[in-house]
Amino acid sequence: MYDVAILGGGICGCSLLYALSRYTLRCVLLEKENDVGVGATKANSAIVHAGYDPMPGTLMAKYNAAGNPRIRELCSELDVLYKQTGSLVLAFDEADRAQIQKLYQKGLANGIPGLEILERSEVLAKEPSLNPDVLCALYAPTAGVVNPWELAQAQAEVALQNGAEVRLSSAVLGIRRENDVFLLETSDDMLKARFVINATGVASDRVTALLEPPSYTIHPNRGQYFLLDTTQGGLVRHVVFQCPTKKGKGVLVAPTVHGNLIVGPDSDPAEAHDLATTTEGLSYVRQKALKSVPDIDFKTSIRNFAGLRARSNLTDFVVRESTENPGFYELGGIKSPGLSSAPAIAEDLVQRMGKAGLPLHEKPDFRAERRILRFTHLSAEAREEAIRRNPAYGTIVCRCETVTEGEILDALRRPLPPRSLDAVKRRCTAGMGRCQGGFCGPRVQAIIARELGLAQEEVPLDRADMYILAGKTKDGCCRKGDAPNE
Amino acid sequence: MNRAYYDVIVVGGGPAGLAAALSAREHGAARVLLLERNASLGGILNQCIHSGFGLHHFQEELTGPEYAERFIRQLSGSGVEVLCGAMVLEVRPDRSLCAIHPQRGYLQLRAGAVVLAMGCRERTRGAIGIPGTRPAGIFTAGAAQLYMNIEGYQVGRRAVILGSGDIGLIMARRLTLESASVEGVYELMPYSGGLVRNIVQCLHDFEIPLHLSHTLTDIRGDKRVEEVEVAQVDADFQPIEATRRAVPCDTVLLSVGLIPENELSRAVGLEIDPRTGGPVLYENRECSLPGIFAAGNVAHVHDIVDFVTSESQLAGRSAALFVPEKNPRRCLHLQNGEGIGYTVPQRIRPENIENNVEVFFRVKKVYKNATIGLSSGDTLLAQYRRERLAPGEMEKITLPRKIVEKIELNKAILSVKEGISP
Amino acid sequence: MTELICIGCPKGCLLHVDEENDHAVTGNGCKVGATYGKKELQNPTRTLTSTVCIRGAEIPRLPVKTDREIPKALLLDAMSLLDNIVVQAPIILGDVILQNLLDTGANFVASRSLGLHEEEKHD
Repeated sequence: MYDVAILGGGICGCSLLYALSRYTLRCVLLEKENDVGVGATKANSAIVHAGYDPMPGTLMAKYNAAGNPRIRELCSELDVLYKQTGSLVLAFDEADRAQIQKLYQKGLANGIPGLEILERSEVLAKEPSLNPDVLCALYAPTAGVVNPWELAQAQAEVALQNGAEVRLSSAVLGIRRENDVFLLETSDDMLKARFVINATGVASDRVTALLEPPSYTIHPNRGQYFLLDTTQGGLVRHVVFQCPTKKGKGVLVAPTVHGNLIVGPDSDPAEAHDLATTTEGLSYVRQKALKSVPDIDFKTSIRNFAGLRARSNLTDFVVRESTENPGFYELGGIKSPGLSSAPAIAEDLVQRMGKAGLPLHEKPDFRAERRILRFTHLSAEAREEAIRRNPAYGTIVCRCETVTEGEILDALRRPLPPRSLDAVKRRCTAGMGRCQGGFCGPRVQAIIARELGLAQEEVPLDRADMYILAGKTKDGCCRKGDAPNE
Repeated sequence: MNRAYYDVIVVGGGPAGLAAALSAREHGAARVLLLERNASLGGILNQCIHSGFGLHHFQEELTGPEYAERFIRQLSGSGVEVLCGAMVLEVRPDRSLCAIHPQRGYLQLRAGAVVLAMGCRERTRGAIGIPGTRPAGIFTAGAAQLYMNIEGYQVGRRAVILGSGDIGLIMARRLTLESASVEGVYELMPYSGGLVRNIVQCLHDFEIPLHLSHTLTDIRGDKRVEEVEVAQVDADFQPIEATRRAVPCDTVLLSVGLIPENELSRAVGLEIDPRTGGPVLYENRECSLPGIFAAGNVAHVHDIVDFVTSESQLAGRSAALFVPEKNPRRCLHLQNGEGIGYTVPQRIRPENIENNVEVFFRVKKVYKNATIGLSSGDTLLAQYRRERLAPGEMEKITLPRKIVEKIELNKAILSVKEGISP
Repeated sequence: MTELICIGCPKGCLLHVDEENDHAVTGNGCKVGATYGKKELQNPTRTLTSTVCIRGAEIPRLPVKTDREIPKALLLDAMSLLDNIVVQAPIILGDVILQNLLDTGANFVASRSLGLHEEEKHD
């Protein structure tokens, strides 16, 4: 019997597990895929919004304002890549200026610190590669960029270290409530929990429907992106937005924590599994982005991707306890600024559950600690020392991102080991660079296989069954150690 | 920390690095160090198990590993010091380098001259922006070649190949021989990017269709590639709606171009030529910083390894003979005229030419009965005839020193025209 | 008269082979083209390259090639001969891996030397 079961291992689910792992509770997180943070959490703009955009008084406004400084703290505690870049919303005409003034007012109402409206010369002084036609801009110094999937992993890893459980490849197929206890039928087990939180993102209305009619419906909204090579990463230093439209915050141009440039997204209604990119979507993004930053060199694109926002039929986030089934909590419609809000949502929800009877006794031995060796960030002396300590830090596996074998082994030996090529990429950036794993993919696959005791063919690209290899060329007579069939 | 000095340090142990290191040693460099990131020398040749290498250099037809082994054998008695498993992290303008090695640790090295020979990498899906889903089963042709020829894995059963570069053509044959089916090779341009002999022996021999002026407009599939959509393109390379059709397959190989791997070169501040993607080179393969040389695919992508070898021998020799502060002052710029994609070298210092200088170039389209002209000011200095020129085939002309000396205002233009001009 | 592209070298000469006139070849840039043109119409042959399994080496595959050209029609049959071959390191370039394949007189030979891998030496 678990005290709390969290459904969904995205940024919300992982933040919840982490927040709960402080207390002497038995908690489990169920994730249908083979890794955490692989839905909207891995495919978004990776921005920690300042919080001027949401309508004052909404949950979005409350959680974004609280989440922004909380993410900064968490990233420093858990060694997650984060950079406070500040953001600019550009105005190109008087109508835009009026919008920016509205944003500024909303920001003041939401209690966002440091907001300023800058005129053209100040904007261009801050960000010289912007379109010189810019009229003015809203500057928000507290906006930042983060590695969102690392923030999810880090919280899950530390929660695991503190006794929480994570079950991967475990989809929830049925939910029943009997005598104040929830029975969860998963793909391979049946488990019980007193409290259940549905944090399943784009699937959340369907998951709630397993128990009761959902109070909202999800209408996923697809956004497409370009990720450009690190040669473009220095083009802008701030997150650069255009004025928001009815469809969302519009196309942004921003540096990433890995030194790349991210450009996107567009916004289109889509099916819940439709992560395809389209010619039209990408060309729209390209065209819009060039209005903000005319010199983006799209020839240096290293990847396109699409993400799905868990947009609901309501305008605000849904963070509620079921009235029919007390103890069942719903997180619904957590679209932007969901990433920025997640830790604040989690901490607030935990307190609410406490008031509803979940006993919140802090663990005396709780430790919020996680340190990652990132070889590229080390000084010459520290590199020398690292290689002396462990020669695996002296072998570069991913040459584009300068990732050593030691870092890949570290990732494989932390709690929640990666089970796929992309899961390794999401932990230590191997394969994330300009060759996109062309050189290092086979080697990373071999390392994963060796460490996890699998055959190399069994290591998928990303989700389970995304097989890369279709067997051996000579009917398999000759892996190392196999007996020759003479 | 190790701070050893070498007369010449060569970065990369593929065909370019092997030839450069040997040549540096032969031309008098006493201490030569060859750094290779992989566990063994030979670079990409090791996975190029097909034959066709060495016709120029050895006058016989060798496979990639055989070609490499000829140089590796010479190296063993040459006195060149070799360190495999060493990755160079930084080259500095003062020709010092830092590298790491699992046993030797963090290496700080100094060199009289450095030869960059890091080779190239493949363009990926992200670089060309093929729309669609992101399932498994999409490989660059070279990655598939590594999986098949070095590791012994089959990458798929039913493949479509985008791009008709040589590796793509070679892999079409390789997949077929390993009993996968290749549905077709789709090439955006109206001509093939690979050598005609490869079209014949890799595609025609196995009845694999080559669709020119075609592209992939969509990739479909959830976990593994299920099908692609292909379409013919018009003169502006835009897909023609009526020609869109689905091709079922489980594998997509991309052979859509190679990019010189110049991260170290950029970081040290070498001037990069956007046309070649490699450092701007002088006649002796020196780059824009004195004592740093480049050769092979890091400088510009070659079709034939034999030319990599000869260029690298030149770079190795120049590195061995490099004396700081002794560079000649006069420098001629070779510019692209009509029809020329790039030239290597881009700059020529006449004092460094003994008898003549070879200029390699690529053209922008296919020419029949072409005339290549070198002019300076209003003067046509030299003309060369070629029956056929194609962008996929690097060409060269040899300029005698006496022609180079006639170049005025330090500027000459190379151009190409269809037909025989008077 | 048949048109052929010579595969003798990267140049790819366009050959004209006259079947009426003892397969006389024109359009060739060198004598390789003359031989190729004649042979291609009468008995086309190719060098076949592939890999076999190797044990005890740093990598699991040894590249091999036919030491002379074999009839084009036999390529796939020759490939299947390699399916069950396993060799043991060390191997020296040129070592014969399979003799007189399909009675063609050609041998499969190693096209790379692969030494005994350090880790294997200690086993």
